[in-house]
Amino acid sequence: METGSKLDLPAVLVAPAGGPRGSWLGQFLRTNFEVFQRDFLALLGLIILLFFVVVAIFAPLIAPYGPTEVIEQEGIWLSNKKPSDQFILGTTNLGRDIFSQLVYGARPALLVGFSAAIAVSMIGTLVGLLAGYFGGWVDALLMRLADVAFGIPFLPFIIVLSAFLDPSIWNVVLAMAALLWRDSSRVIRAQVLVIREQAFVSAAKVSGAGHLRIVFLYIAPSILPLTFLYGSLAIGWAILTEASVSFLGFGDPNVVSWGYMLQDAFLSQALSRGAFYWFIPPGVCIMLTVMAGFFIGRGYEEILFPRLRRQ
Amino acid sequence: MRRGIMLYIGSRLLQSLLVLWAIATILFFLFRLAPGDPTVAFIDPSFTEEQEQALRARFGLDKPLHEQYVIYLANLVKGDLGDSFFYSKSVAELVLEMLPNTLYLSFASLFVAYVIGVIGGIVLASIRGRFLEQAGITVTLMTRAAPEFWVGMFLLAVFAFELRWLPSSGTSSPGTIYKSELEKLTSKDFWEHMILPTATLAFYLHGLPLLLMRSSMLEILDQDFITMGRLIGYSRWRLMLRHAARNALLPVLTALTLGIGYSIGGDVVVENVFGWPGIGRLLVRAVSASDYPVVQGAFFMIALIIVVLNFVADVLYGLLDPRVGASEQARIS
Repeated sequence: METGSKLDLPAVLVAPAGGPRGSWLGQFLRTNFEVFQRDFLALLGLIILLFFVVVAIFAPLIAPYGPTEVIEQEGIWLSNKKPSDQFILGTTNLGRDIFSQLVYGARPALLVGFSAAIAVSMIGTLVGLLAGYFGGWVDALLMRLADVAFGIPFLPFIIVLSAFLDPSIWNVVLAMAALLWRDSSRVIRAQVLVIREQAFVSAAKVSGAGHLRIVFLYIAPSILPLTFLYGSLAIGWAILTEASVSFLGFGDPNVVSWGYMLQDAFLSQALSRGAFYWFIPPGVCIMLTVMAGFFIGRGYEEILFPRLRRQ
Repeated sequence: MRRGIMLYIGSRLLQSLLVLWAIATILFFLFRLAPGDPTVAFIDPSFTEEQEQALRARFGLDKPLHEQYVIYLANLVKGDLGDSFFYSKSVAELVLEMLPNTLYLSFASLFVAYVIGVIGGIVLASIRGRFLEQAGITVTLMTRAAPEFWVGMFLLAVFAFELRWLPSSGTSSPGTIYKSELEKLTSKDFWEHMILPTATLAFYLHGLPLLLMRSSMLEILDQDFITMGRLIGYSRWRLMLRHAARNALLPVLTALTLGIGYSIGGDVVVENVFGWPGIGRLLVRAVSASDYPVVQGAFFMIALIIVVLNFVADVLYGLLDPRVGASEQARIS
């Protein structure tokens, strides 16, 4: 489906006749303010993310126990306890407090989510800008690379990488940076092709601006909303992927993430014992953070492609 | 057939081959340049220098890198993926043994997901602008945010352990032996084992066709020929189904390409939740056991499935949509 040709060019991408729309910072603030002011779901997504950021930062204050602390009473492990006043969500079969693990689990999730989002959107934006602006062999080379990246199955690729790399949450970020720039770079390239033909870019060229100046000062601010769109989607992808990798047993065994908790529950027969209080909460947390990213992404999408809103 | 279409198919084929070659090359260098060499899993401190050399020669590791690369590609083309370190089988045998199970699961879940997605998309488009539509979209986004293995765990806990309606793992009940693949496919037992993993995958996969079908329907409902139909006095449902839905399907089918990629990726996790003996589980087990030839073979097979199915989807799309190939035609004439 050729989407590029069908778009009516969104307002934020069309620069006014006077020239590019202000500075990076100005564009940044304007776009973000617009998204969250306009779209309730995007605002909700932002609130959810901020909530988990607060939880992650103050985890030691919120969690009553350490994430791997084995809770004993008179030398006996308090394992497989049902939810009670002492343990809000019960304990694992190794006598660890599930609620505390849940609170600490926000840390790796957000760390992976935000770093992958930054890596993916920065690489994607850079590739899209270069391919779209310079065209020719640069474009051909970068887009063939994108084709290859599209052909590589993402999750299996990370699993293969874990055969060589030491288990670490950064493997997920690395693999995402290596592959997932493909989606954003294509879309951004298509937009750059349109913008580069506009009057203010020609004007900049005539007045003697160098390539770098044109790309980064004149064109880049206009495609920033697209960067944010793919960045916010990448937060969700990264958190989901980290969870899957940990669930499969390739995560860092020393980091208690939500995926690790689910693997622990799965391997400790929590399912057959009907310990819903153990494996439901981590999944809900994953779902909420991923959804938050999707909702924010939708907010940018609606600004970018106003036709969606009309429908 | 039109010349444009042939050119289109040709260029798709070439691109698919290019992608496969690139993946094979990446795999080669990943496995050769990684710290330690592939024989590490074999070599024992008690080995003498000669024994080590002999082992390296057996794997062709004594030759220069570019020669190894040529041999590797030639073997790959012949379908020779080497031997497993742990099973006394060739990688090709192992992979082919697991392949059907993965394909059954993928096709079944894609089918269910697309039927539900297309119907759901039509329903949402027909109630556009209402509160229920927004609610439906939000719920669909939620299904796409839920980790697949977690959905699988939930279904297992409820339907396999709590209610005991369905089996929890594998493709057949213990002790069952099928004489042929056909017998397996026609047995009730096999389909009972299929239900939960298929439902888990479809739960995730239906979102994409649903959202696409909805927006594609809305786009078409805005067009003149629908207004025309309304003026003629066709019923709402006739317009919706016979005129709008038929035309709206095309972009949704194109997105099957994406769906296939997601479905195979998701397969890897779901197979591990349900102990489903497919390629995804083979891959995960091989990585855990450092069985490098199997890791390489299973990954290449997964990539091959995706590339082949994408190619088929592209060709079908080209045959369905008269506009495809027109540009290629224009370029040569």
